[in-house]
Amino acid sequence: MAGSSERIVVIGAGMVAHRFAESLLSRVEHPLELVIIGEEGLAPYDRVRLTSFFDEGAEALALDPAQVQDDPRVRFVPGDPVRRIDRDEQQVLTVSGERIGYDRLVLATGSYAATLALDGFSLPGCFVYRTLDDVQRLRDFVAHRAAQLGRPLRGTVIGGGLLGLEAAGALQGLGVDATVVQSSERLMSAQLDLAAGAALRRRIEQRGIAVRTQSVTTRLDPDRSGQVAGLEFKDGGYEATDVVVFTVGVRPRDELARKAELDCHPRGGVVIDAGCATSDERILAIGEVASFEGLAVGLVAPGYAMAEVAATRLLGGDAAFPGYDLSTKLKLSGVDVASFGDAFGETPGALDVVYADPVAGVYKKLVLSDDAKTLLGGMLVGDASAYGALRPLVGSALGGDPAAYLMPEGGVEAPVAELPDEAIVCSCSSVTAGRIRSAVHDEGCADADSVRACTKAGATCGSCTVMVKKLVGKELAKSGKVLSNALCEHFDLSRRQLFDAVRVSELDTFSAIIERFGRGRGCDVCKPALASILAVLVGKHVLDGENATLQDTNDHVMANLQKDGTYSVVPRMAGGEVTPEGLIAIGAVAKDYGLYTKITGGQRIDMFGARLEQLPEIWQRLVDAGFESGHAYGKSLRTVKSCVGSTWCRYGVLDSVGMAVRLELRYRGLRAPHKLKVGVSGCARECAEARSKDVGVIATETGWNMYVGGNGGFTPRHAQLLAEGLDDEALIRAIDRYFLYYIRTADRLQRTAPWVEELEGGLDGLREVIFDDALGICADLDAAMDAHVANYEDEWAATLADPAKLRRFQSFVNAPSTPDPSLGYVPERGQVRPASGEERRSGAVLIASTTLEVRR
Amino acid sequence: MTLATPTASAATQPAWLPLCRLDDLEVERGRAALVDGTQLALFLLRDGGVHAVSNLDPYSGANVISRGIVGSREDAPTVASPMYKQVFDLRTGLCLESHGKEPLHLRVWKVAARDGELLVKWEA
Repeated sequence: MAGSSERIVVIGAGMVAHRFAESLLSRVEHPLELVIIGEEGLAPYDRVRLTSFFDEGAEALALDPAQVQDDPRVRFVPGDPVRRIDRDEQQVLTVSGERIGYDRLVLATGSYAATLALDGFSLPGCFVYRTLDDVQRLRDFVAHRAAQLGRPLRGTVIGGGLLGLEAAGALQGLGVDATVVQSSERLMSAQLDLAAGAALRRRIEQRGIAVRTQSVTTRLDPDRSGQVAGLEFKDGGYEATDVVVFTVGVRPRDELARKAELDCHPRGGVVIDAGCATSDERILAIGEVASFEGLAVGLVAPGYAMAEVAATRLLGGDAAFPGYDLSTKLKLSGVDVASFGDAFGETPGALDVVYADPVAGVYKKLVLSDDAKTLLGGMLVGDASAYGALRPLVGSALGGDPAAYLMPEGGVEAPVAELPDEAIVCSCSSVTAGRIRSAVHDEGCADADSVRACTKAGATCGSCTVMVKKLVGKELAKSGKVLSNALCEHFDLSRRQLFDAVRVSELDTFSAIIERFGRGRGCDVCKPALASILAVLVGKHVLDGENATLQDTNDHVMANLQKDGTYSVVPRMAGGEVTPEGLIAIGAVAKDYGLYTKITGGQRIDMFGARLEQLPEIWQRLVDAGFESGHAYGKSLRTVKSCVGSTWCRYGVLDSVGMAVRLELRYRGLRAPHKLKVGVSGCARECAEARSKDVGVIATETGWNMYVGGNGGFTPRHAQLLAEGLDDEALIRAIDRYFLYYIRTADRLQRTAPWVEELEGGLDGLREVIFDDALGICADLDAAMDAHVANYEDEWAATLADPAKLRRFQSFVNAPSTPDPSLGYVPERGQVRPASGEERRSGAVLIASTTLEVRR
Repeated sequence: MTLATPTASAATQPAWLPLCRLDDLEVERGRAALVDGTQLALFLLRDGGVHAVSNLDPYSGANVISRGIVGSREDAPTVASPMYKQVFDLRTGLCLESHGKEPLHLRVWKVAARDGELLVKWEA
């Protein structure tokens, strides 16, 4: 590219266009002008994870657009499709009439979902499954139609490929009784052979989705309201249905190219060469609209590869598209399917190694070269855990007995072949093993998260994360470092190991524990971790004996440190419930001590600006008014948020406030690896936002639904459904076990969401532990929780009752009640806030905090 | 203890000032002290050693060092600021872990014990 400001116009704003823009912008500093013209009127989103929309909402699909959209070189034109390409003038014309000139044009228009040309294919209730708009309309239709008919819907997915199975899962998630209709004799016929297809069919049926193969649909019928009501098959069969989703493949959107007389393939797609150039050298095509060697493919990974090639070419490099990698993995919970490389063994002389367990619904096949040494491809059904390890090995030696890769999990340890540098580990982002190695060695990445940030490996579909982790571990080990689980320089053990060590050894002081299991005198990492472990196992007051030296200042003074060195005080308001008398008492305390007050996100009141020496007096006032510590400072249960529930709400199904109060009083003071939050909603409207909590409880007509592993914060997550229709006692036992299992096994500062994610067996594994007692620890967990409940005491009241503990709250050892003279405040909106450095220097608006009777 | 014998001379500067009783301090838990408007953080270690450093955390501007967690880093006794967790060597005040910020250090004062009383060699 010339050094001047060349204008590159991209038509299309999907994932591939986004990747192209990202790649281009990140590689050059010099000025260029990039115009991205999108049709959907939305910022680019992750279409591969479209189905996640139903669980996580549209926001979860956003593709970190800031990097591209905030770049001053980019102009993003959403919602104004291109009408025509004028090659002579080097301009594109949009529907709104704008003419945009280009030096180079990149077509990334993608494809559209095909429907079948059947009678009735466009009846209300018929959908395709392609865009965010499609799934939003599908969801709305299902909700509306189910209400209209007053019963659960029957749904039909026409097309039994990858997307069809996902769509069927999504329908099922919406409460629809789903059937997949496939014209050929097996599911996922492009990826699986007959035996694998049969194993998959059993899996799908076990999941409660009906399958109908060798069924060609011939007609769709409406009911009297004109909405779809039934379908007729070629063999004369007829089935009733209320909603139909077509997933019968995609067609390249090459109309613009055809009108502009660019070479297009008869079967669709703009013909490109290995450099992604079309028949007009100023125009490139990438992604699903492009046809390479006679093929247009609806997968994102090859599109990404083309995006990188196109960006390189535009910058004057000579990258070439290597051809399509057709590896795929089905993303449908409970149904593991993957297919990669030469899965059908079409290479001459190819050998198959097959493992099948029809009872367990597992079928695995590896395709090897004629000497049985080189891996060519494979298909995995029922257990695709080896996918991440195997796919990068395609084309290289397996390095061991191939059978070991096929054995059930936990059986024979699979041999670990060294991946060649050029092996693709992340196919979505085309990240090679070599690139990950260099991220570790040259860029200082020390875990999978930083490698993801650095290389994008694992950032799209996530199926390679385990592989990335292993690779990082190995590379660190090579350079003498370990992907260390060690807590810190004082303990080689991880938090989980340390928890077990303390439990088994029954040691109960820091000194004894560090002498036995560690070295030195600890630090701000291991000391609070041990304080938390001892709180759970021994359960003494945070300031008892040596315990006091382990606490972070928040736990030590049972309040929250603020930026100026004062603290905030939060009394418990279980379930967010408070009496008028309680509010008046809190108001009086805040007024008398001049504290800034604010309602917290957890439905209680925070009072800011309390000095160390004031804390016991403030507690005394609060305890006298019937309050206790809210543990806002602890890595422990914070609040149980609730909506008003059936006691007052017109829509409430169960008493959410009552349950929230009960839960908060049960788990108050429970120390954990990180803070714990709970929410209880009284009906499916979910006003308590319970699914953003570590435990979300939502009332239904049949009992409580329990969700786990949600959080807000830096990486927001929605909690996932663990159990349905629980009664009060069953709910509480399930939460007891979930909390204690987490407390015993999580890493330091690991919240429940990543803990659940890393649990062996995932949510199913967790269910087995909690409900089936698969580890035989439930009695132990129950006893531990009963002990916690029985031994609970209010930390504030206990401190007030002990003069020795109160001495810690003197401001200065030689001036016990003198306030910190450095504090200063300014008024704001009728309250105070700490003065800024500038305000202190000017001195004009300073209010010293030396008295308590005057409002500061 | 950093120094053994305090001088008796109170008139000359710097002077040895009594601050508190040694048993006012707790092992591995700091206390703040106030001298002429300046705040000190006092630490009693497990081996009986006492250290006095500035209570002012140079990273946050708040007087909170006395409320940090005491520990060790290799051979050095340390305190970690409770605000942004920078770690300082209690003997020298040097910042051992700045968490990516420019290293800023703590001022230190010499201390001594006499008849169970803790004295600081005071220089403003």
